[in-house]
Amino acid sequence: METVLGRYRNLIILVGVLFLQVLGLAVQVKRTSDAESTRLIRVWAVGTITPLERGLIWGQTYSGNLWHNYFYLRGVRAENRQLKEQIDQLRLEQVRLNQDAEQAHRLQALLSFKERYISKTVAAQVIGSSGSDQSRSVYIDKGISDGIEQDMAVLTADGVVGKVLTVFPSTSLVLLINDQSSGVGAILEKSRLQGVLRGTPNGEVMLERVMSDEQVAPGETLLTSGGDQIFPKGLPLGRVAKVAGTDSGLFLNVKVKPAANLGRLEEVLVVLAKQEHQATAEGTGRVRTVDIMAQRLPSVPNKPAVSAGGAGIGVPGTAANDGAAKTPTVKPQSQTGVKPQTSAPSVRPKPVESDTTKPQGSISMTGVANKAATNPASGVTSAAPPKTVTAPGKPAISRPKTVTPATGTPASEDDSH
Amino acid sequence: MPITYTSGEQVEVYRFSVPVTVGVPLLALFLQAFVPLRFPFFSIFDLPLLVTIFFAMARRNPVSGLLTGALIGLIQDALTHRAIGLYGIAKTVVGFGASSMGAKLDAENAGARFLLTLGFYLLHSAVYFTVARGMVSLTLDWSWSRGVLAGLANAAVGVALYFVLDRCKQRT
Repeated sequence: METVLGRYRNLIILVGVLFLQVLGLAVQVKRTSDAESTRLIRVWAVGTITPLERGLIWGQTYSGNLWHNYFYLRGVRAENRQLKEQIDQLRLEQVRLNQDAEQAHRLQALLSFKERYISKTVAAQVIGSSGSDQSRSVYIDKGISDGIEQDMAVLTADGVVGKVLTVFPSTSLVLLINDQSSGVGAILEKSRLQGVLRGTPNGEVMLERVMSDEQVAPGETLLTSGGDQIFPKGLPLGRVAKVAGTDSGLFLNVKVKPAANLGRLEEVLVVLAKQEHQATAEGTGRVRTVDIMAQRLPSVPNKPAVSAGGAGIGVPGTAANDGAAKTPTVKPQSQTGVKPQTSAPSVRPKPVESDTTKPQGSISMTGVANKAATNPASGVTSAAPPKTVTAPGKPAISRPKTVTPATGTPASEDDSH
Repeated sequence: MPITYTSGEQVEVYRFSVPVTVGVPLLALFLQAFVPLRFPFFSIFDLPLLVTIFFAMARRNPVSGLLTGALIGLIQDALTHRAIGLYGIAKTVVGFGASSMGAKLDAENAGARFLLTLGFYLLHSAVYFTVARGMVSLTLDWSWSRGVLAGLANAAVGVALYFVLDRCKQRT
């Protein structure tokens, strides 16, 4: 017996070591959350390797900053000038976008739309990877001490990177979207088709669960749908690179090129907090444009005052709005004597706290404006009396009923006040 | 001393200082985790595997080889988000095999090292894929062309690495 043990000692030890590992593996596979059972080993391994990575990254960043910020300043003056010009252009663009955003905000308020948005983020440096093609994940230099928690979304300026999988005291493991165990709720920007974005064993990213009878165009942008409760809605995921049918023929094989460069990650943002926000028109804290529009616009009379051949009652200040009731694009004239804008500007002026002197937007918002004007919460009521729009030489035209976007039904006369 | 099958000369058994025994595997694990961030193509190399093969072949002790492989593999597993044991099992087998081969073959010349490293890379991949598919139900794509190409690349890097690490050897 002793001879046999001595003779096959190496083989017996090999079998024993393999058996122990297989046993450990089986225990992990059986448990649904294997992270906890092996946490100690992971903490030791990560605690051994990541300090070296952090040190090297710190040294690299420090020397890079020293060189770029103090020595290599060639072309900075020209770049500065170029950036200033760009800032001016962006300011003008921002004014226009602010107007659009406010309009969207008001519409969302009417629809009782609940939006989720990113309220707090923390920047993190990517310090290492798993070092394996079978595990597409990276380590960042922020952990529990920085408020990082499991399942937080990780982004770059270009798009979604992944989610936090495991958190350690000062580092975290981030699962990339191209790992095969990753899944992100996705929606195509134009066609609004929804699917699940998954990684493949060879590191590609595919959009799954899109029916084969749908039309998906290469180049179309893919956004987060928000359905996974991890990634806020509307973040860029990538672009459709290739579309093909599956073997079963039921679903499409949509290959996606990720928006973020997952092969060269340096700095990322971790979304610490998302807030569910009930859109309100008062959200901006300003006097709403719609309220002021409601004051200035001719409102629907209590009783239609269309006489058979006579002229209606002219209202001062509204005579110039001949076509206001006919076409939805004519700007109403301000009661404060400011010259009305007759054509839609490419860049609108920046809104001010009290925008009573501001040229107003399109009249296509009248339905919204009238409804919003009756909102008790707004504290603003329409002061415009019932009136009709008249024009010299033309019969009086009563203002047509408008349709509220929320219900799709004609607004009642009461609603218009 | 065991006799080699190839040359008939006595096979040298080497030992390593503690800093080398601990530092070289840690450095390999660190580089494996860090370098692919800057150079993504680097992920085709498996430095911990090359270090396992080197130590196993130099020590020529199967128990020492399999334990070295198991330890390096388990740490490598711990850095991934997969179950711990996949690399551990694969490197245990490779460590045992390399030390057994090292005890029987003259693995000091570049040609033998190249072929042995290529063979052990393929063995490592085969064990890893078998366990990953059979036990963890991972969906892995095996491509012969990619596997052999990666094996050749690892073997080439391994030969260069072994000559550098030869300087750390101490005769028993």
